[in-house]
Formats: sequence, structure tokens, C-alpha cells
Amino acid sequence: MKSPRTTHSAANATPKLPRLRAPLVFGGLLILLLGLLGRSLYLQRIDNDFLQEQGSSRYSREIDVPAHRGRIVDRFGDPLAISTPVKAVWAWPDQVVATPDQLRALAAALEMTPAALNQKLAQGGDFVYVKKPVAPEVADRAAALKIKGVHDENEYWRYYPGGEVMSHVVGFTGDHDVGQEGLELAQQSWLGGKRGSRRVIINRRGEIVEDVKSIRAPQEGRDLALSIDSRLQYLAFREIKAAVDANKAHAGAVVMLDVKTGEVLALANWPSYNPNNRVRVTRDKMRNRALIDTFEPGSTLKPFTIAAALDAGKVRPGSIIDTAPGTLTIGRATIHDAHREGALTVEQVIQKSSNVGAAKIALSLPAETMWQTLSATGFGATPMTGFPGEVSGRLRPAKSWRPIEQATMAFGHGISVNLVQLARAYTVFATDGELKPVSLLKVDGAIAGRPVISADTARAVRRMLEMVVLPGGTAPKAQVAGYRVAGKTGTAHKLEGRVYVDKYVSSFVGFAPASNPRLVIAIMIDEPAGGQYYGGTVAAPVFSSIMGAALRLLGVPPDAPIDNVVLPPDGADVREET
Amino acid sequence: MGKFFALMATIWEVLVRRVDSYLMAAALAIVGIGLITLFSASDQNISRVTSQVMSLGFALLLMWIIANIQPRQLARAALPLYILGVLLLIAVALGGTVVNGSRRWLNFGFARFQPSELMKIALPLMLAWYFQKHETRVRFRDFILAVVLIALPVWLIKREPDLGTALMIGASGFYVLYLAGLSWKIMLGLLVAAAAAAPLVWPHLHDYQQERILTFLDPARDPLGTGYHSTQASIALGSGGVIGKGWLNGTQTHLDFLPERHTDFIFAVFGEEFGLIGSALLLVLYLLLIGRAFVITINASTLFARLTAGAITLMFFSYAFVNMAMVSGLLPIVGVPLPLISFGGTALVSLFIGLGILMSVQANRKLVKT
Repeated sequence: MKSPRTTHSAANATPKLPRLRAPLVFGGLLILLLGLLGRSLYLQRIDNDFLQEQGSSRYSREIDVPAHRGRIVDRFGDPLAISTPVKAVWAWPDQVVATPDQLRALAAALEMTPAALNQKLAQGGDFVYVKKPVAPEVADRAAALKIKGVHDENEYWRYYPGGEVMSHVVGFTGDHDVGQEGLELAQQSWLGGKRGSRRVIINRRGEIVEDVKSIRAPQEGRDLALSIDSRLQYLAFREIKAAVDANKAHAGAVVMLDVKTGEVLALANWPSYNPNNRVRVTRDKMRNRALIDTFEPGSTLKPFTIAAALDAGKVRPGSIIDTAPGTLTIGRATIHDAHREGALTVEQVIQKSSNVGAAKIALSLPAETMWQTLSATGFGATPMTGFPGEVSGRLRPAKSWRPIEQATMAFGHGISVNLVQLARAYTVFATDGELKPVSLLKVDGAIAGRPVISADTARAVRRMLEMVVLPGGTAPKAQVAGYRVAGKTGTAHKLEGRVYVDKYVSSFVGFAPASNPRLVIAIMIDEPAGGQYYGGTVAAPVFSSIMGAALRLLGVPPDAPIDNVVLPPDGADVREET
Repeated sequence: MGKFFALMATIWEVLVRRVDSYLMAAALAIVGIGLITLFSASDQNISRVTSQVMSLGFALLLMWIIANIQPRQLARAALPLYILGVLLLIAVALGGTVVNGSRRWLNFGFARFQPSELMKIALPLMLAWYFQKHETRVRFRDFILAVVLIALPVWLIKREPDLGTALMIGASGFYVLYLAGLSWKIMLGLLVAAAAAAPLVWPHLHDYQQERILTFLDPARDPLGTGYHSTQASIALGSGGVIGKGWLNGTQTHLDFLPERHTDFIFAVFGEEFGLIGSALLLVLYLLLIGRAFVITINASTLFARLTAGAITLMFFSYAFVNMAMVSGLLPIVGVPLPLISFGGTALVSLFIGLGILMSVQANRKLVKT
């Protein structure tokens, strides 16, 4: 064995390698490979569970599936709020890879200018909405361009067909189609349904690559039927808007109730706003004044004072009250009538709206009795419509009343109400003494009210309220052709701080037909500045036009001859209270 | 008909005469695994696989040609190849193509070429030729010269920058020195010097290189940043479990979490989809290939043949080991591909040239066993 090694030529020399090196190397290699095997064993067998979980935590996600929000419809099922599926196109500007041609095509697909698109993408950063909402077909056209970094997602967009006419009642939704204002907010749980969730697989860029399974199906929201009659609502809105404009008023509101069911058939305010486009809408325009604002009602409260006195047996409709000399001094304060009237019957106190008369009648009653009647007719408590932010107004406890306060409260000062409350309170005169619950949601069939005053008292006051609109009353302009109308004017000085100023809230609350009342309508005009400010001049005509149109629209049989309207001659003195 | 078969037999005989069947079988098995994994790693995009197959065809041709060249003639080509390699590296430094911030490529219009890949073969050949020529134990003078021969290309490649390849090529030169019988004293001295130099080298490393080492020591220090590659690779491998998630079913791979998945991190793709069983099988295949190469080295008939074969064997092992150790979190991240599996034509060609040299050495082995 040794000889060949030593006899080889130089060209084929036996390598003179140190011993040990080759086995040493091979041994080393084996150990290292075993190390690798050990590492694989550790990762893939021993630490496997942990790493698998780490893996799935990176690619597996539970995502929300929006539930379709229920519609809001009026009492006849006409839509007032509808959710339509739309898409939002968004992008990661950093990751957008596109040729100028592709960008132009994208801009065209999204119906925007290339400049606007470039501006969006130039914002940089992680995330930007390129356009939302867009119709699904539009988003699909954009997606078909397959531009890297541009994505879309499903959303719902809430559309309000009623626009500014319905906006105060319906409200609107905010982010993720969640109710933010009005009944959208109040009825969120009914309308909103429950979001579902799905398990999906995402890739590193967060794009969904596979829909694995549904974990929880979304529970669709339910439709909500309102008590609103769209036709009457449009009518009421149109008239109140016109009246506010004509009187250069600050604001106005109208409430129409169904006497039989207590349903709110119309509720409109002006100024209003378009819920479909809320850019630059001030909070002031969003106020549903009829429910969330209060005002001192003034003379529209007098019938309740009279009703309390009639019920208590202190006076009868024909009792004579001496209002001369047109003033009444209690302590250091003096109450004035607008006109000196002398001796008036209780009926005439209402018809002519005498402050002194009402005060005297009030003072004949214990404070507790008067409070009882006002409280029982819903003053000082929220009307319970469920509307977010509805207020109760202020009715102080009888124990704290001083005589002057009881006297002024008789004609609606020192007490505050909201318009819905006031309209509702008049249901006691429109019925035989029952207070109806009010509802913004549709009610099936007539609803029994709560008896508040006796039927006789209610009928007596109803007769007095009819006299108000006849010549000699304060509101002949509230008359409606073909229908007997009952109602009461109100003209109240506004309080600024603690001082009454020469700004007014003019109001009229009434119902018709007087023989079998169907509708209560309350009108409130805040700060008329067109020269007129008496409730009989400013609010009564609005009442007349809304009531007349509404009754004809509802097909209510007339209860008076068509030529029943008798207006005093032009320029005749309209007797008004303040 | 008989004639036809005879002709075919002759052609076959010419084709396989100098081809080592063990090496060939192991290499083709690994390449096969590589193509299957590559198909998955490139999201079932067949074009990458066909491109790799084309490179494979070319690589096999070169391998066959080189297997048919005598080691003596290879030795003659050593010096020109080395000089060519260095010149090309200088050309890269002067006018190379920049990809991902590194200047590593020469663009010839029809093809791109990475001269550092040529150096992987040329440097061991050069050193082996040098020691063969001198036929003595390594004296200190030879050692110094060898260090210069190694340092020149290593420096050029390091400044591309391509630290991984520079280290691997430096290692291949060192393997020749080691096999040529560099004295233990010098090697020990080198180790000590390297350890002593580490604090001096640290400030000269690029920020990202420092980051990689720090991240290796504690992968959790920045899991979304520098630790991302390492963390994702470990997750991919580990979540594969024992039997794997199945071909084309690797979640980390196909959901884009795994970076560089058809090149440096392809082992993670393979491990995720084929599990511990797959990883073990691949290790066994590499062991077979390297073991066979080792046998060839031991049986080499000349010093040149033995040094070259040994260096190629060790280099092959180093690439496989460093890559898999890096992917499985045993070593810091260095850009080293997995031999015969990672996507990349130049690397495939240089690996098959190495196999060709091994086959040439095997064909000219000592006829008598020692």
C-alpha cells in the first residue's frame, strides 16, 4: 500500500495532507447539521403550538358586518329614511402604483377630475378616502382597473327623501350609520339591528383574501312607522316657513295632533336643514324647537285657569267678573289689560282675553287646586314622546307661589311649556276632559285618555274657545270655511335674563271641527318683526290655512255652512291681550 | 433497430461517463424540491419556475462540460479565471447595476451577471493551484500571499455591499488554507485576532448590519421592523408543524407575511408547507450530497484536486447551513441563498460548476484506495 504513494511522479503526487483534518471536518459538519435538525424539531414540534397561534393571529381576523338599518316610514309606509348599500373607495397613497393613464382612468371611473384625485393621493400617509359614498357600480369600475393600493369597502348610506321637511323629527345618522339626532337616535336599537361578524383571512397589507365563515349573521334593523302624515307634514312645513318669512320672525313651529289617538300628524319647524347635506349646518337650525325649547305661553294658558275654577265650582260660565279699571294691583305689582272692558262674563274673559279677569278668577282658587289642574294637563312634565332632549318646561310647586305669581300664571307667565305639551293639553278641551298621550310613532286605533276635568267643564271651555274666533274675539282670522273652530291666542313678552322686553312669542292653539274635534294644531311664531305681533294676527291665519287644508285633505265632514267665516271690517280694532 | 439502440447506448455512455450518479441524484432531488417550492413561493406563477428550469439546463450543460475536463486543465485555468474575476469585480465597482441599493450586477444587455458568483469558484481554484504548484507545507510566506489573494475579492465584494457573499468567499479561501495544512498555531492566532478585532469592526459595520446582529440576539426588540424577517420566518417554519400545511397551503407564505420568500427565505416556505418531515428530508439530502462530495475529496488524486474539491464541499455545506440557520433563527440575517433551491440563475450555474469540478475530480480519482 505504501509503495504507490512514494513512487508517484510529481504530476500525480500524493497529497501530503495532515491526518485528522478530514474526519474532524466531517464530524463538525455532522454536528452542525444535527444542530439544524434540532432547531427544526424545536420550532416545528415543541414550539409549534405557540408559533401556529402567532401565525393565525397575523392572518386571521374577525371583521364586523354592518347590519342593514331599518327604514323610517310615515303612517302610510312612505319612506322617510332609507339605507342604500354604497361603497367607499380608499387608498394607501404610499402604496399606490399607477401610471398617469391609469390615474386618469380612475378619476374618470369615479367621476372626479384628475386634479382632485391627485390632490387626495398627494396627502400621503397611511389612509385616505378617495371618494365616498359611491354607487357600487362606480366602485366596481374603479376596482376593475386593478390599481395597486386602491381599495373599496362596503358601507350603507342613509338617504332622507323628506329632506328639510322631515329632518327635525327623523334626525339623521352619523358614522357607521348610527343614529345621531332625532328619532334616528332615539330608536337606534330598533332601527340599527345588530352588526354581525365574519372570520376572514387577510394578507400582510390587510387586504381580505378569503372569507372563511360567518361567526354571527348580522341582524337586520326593523322598519319604524311614524305617526307623521307626510301630506300634512308638507302642508304644515310650507305654511310655517311662509309665516316666519312673512313676519320676519326668528323662528316658528307647528304641531298637529290627532285628537282620537294622540298621534303627532305633523311637527315642523323653521328654520330647518337638509339632512342629506349637513355641511355647514349650524346647531341652531338642527333644533326641534317644538320639543326641546320652552317659552312662556301667555294667554293660551288662560283656558286651564278657567277650567280649574269651573271644575272647583268657584265660577260658572255666566258669572260676572269686574275687570274695571283694566288694572289689578297686587302688592307692588300691577296687572294690565290691553283694553278696558269693565264687567265681563267668564266666557268673555276668554273671548277678549282679559288678564285682570283671568287673574281674579285664579286668585279665587287655592294655589294647590290650580296647580293640580295644570299638572294634570301635562305641564311641568315631559310629553313622553321619547324624543331625545324633549323638555318638561317649568311649573313650580304650588307651595312656593306668591299671590302675584298665581295671578300672572293665570295668563301664562311664570310658567314655561313646549309646543307639543301645549297642543297636547288642549286635547282636554277637544275631548270631554281627557288628556291624550302623544306619540311620534304610529298608533293603531283610538287611545283612551286620562280624565282631567269634568265633561261639563270641557264643553263649557270649548264653547268659550269657539267665541274667541268669532267677531268680538281676539282671533277671527283663525276661522275656517265650512268648519267650526275653537282656539285661543297667545302673545307673550319674552324674558331676557329676568326682564320682559319688547319681543314677543305669538301663538295660537286650537282644534276643529268644534262639534266633533279631530285635530289640535298649535302654532308658535318666535319674535315676529314684521310690524304685527299679536297671536290673533300672526299665528291665527297660519292656523286657519293649515287647519282648513288638513280637514279637507282628511275628508272630515264640514259642521258649518261654507259661508260661515265672518271677519270684522278692515281696520277694526283687534282686541288683544299681551 | 439494433444499430439505433447501439448508437443511443453510446451517446448515453458518453453523457454519463464522467457524471457521478450519487452527486447527480442528490442534486437533482434537491433541485426538484426547489422547483416545487419555488412554484408555491411565487404564488403559482409558472414563469419564475420556467426561468429557473432554463438556468438549470444551462447549468447542467456547463457541469457536463467541466466534468469532462481533466483537473490538470482546470488547474491551468485557475489563474486566468481569478484575474478575470477580480477585473469583473472592479468593473462592477466602476459601473455595475444597482439593485436594492447594492451594486452587484454587470449588465451585458442580454443577461445580467453577478461576478461574485464567479469568484466563488475562481478563488478556491486559484489557491488550490498555488499550493499545488508549490507542493509543500504552507509556509508563512505562502500564507501571507494567500491572505492577500483572499482579501482582494472579499474587500471588493464587501463594498458592493454584499457582506454575506464576502464572508462566504472569504471562508472558501480559508477552507483551502485549512485543507492545505495551515498550522494550528496560525489558525488559533487568526481566531484570537478575529475575536480581538470584533469591537474594532463593530463601528465600521453599516447600521443595518449592526441592527441585524442586535436583532439576532433579541428578535423581539423590534418585531415589526428589523426583527420582522426573522420573526416571520420562525412563525412560518413553526406553524408548519410536523407534517406541514401542505403544498400551496402555507398561510404565512401566501398571505405575503414572509419576505424574500423565493430567494433567501425559501426554506421557511418549504418548512411551512412540508413540516418537520420535509425539513428532515431536505437535511438528509444535503447530507447525502455533502457526504458524497466528501468521499470524492478524500479520494482525490492530486493536491489541487483535493483542495478544490474540499473547498467546494465545505462551501456547499456553508451555504446550506448558514441559510437554514438564518431562516430558523440560529444565525443573524445574512443574504445567503439556499443552494440549489433559492431562485437565482447565477447561483445555480456556479453551484453546478462546482458539482462539475467534483465530478471531474471523481473521474480522475486515485485508482488504488489508501
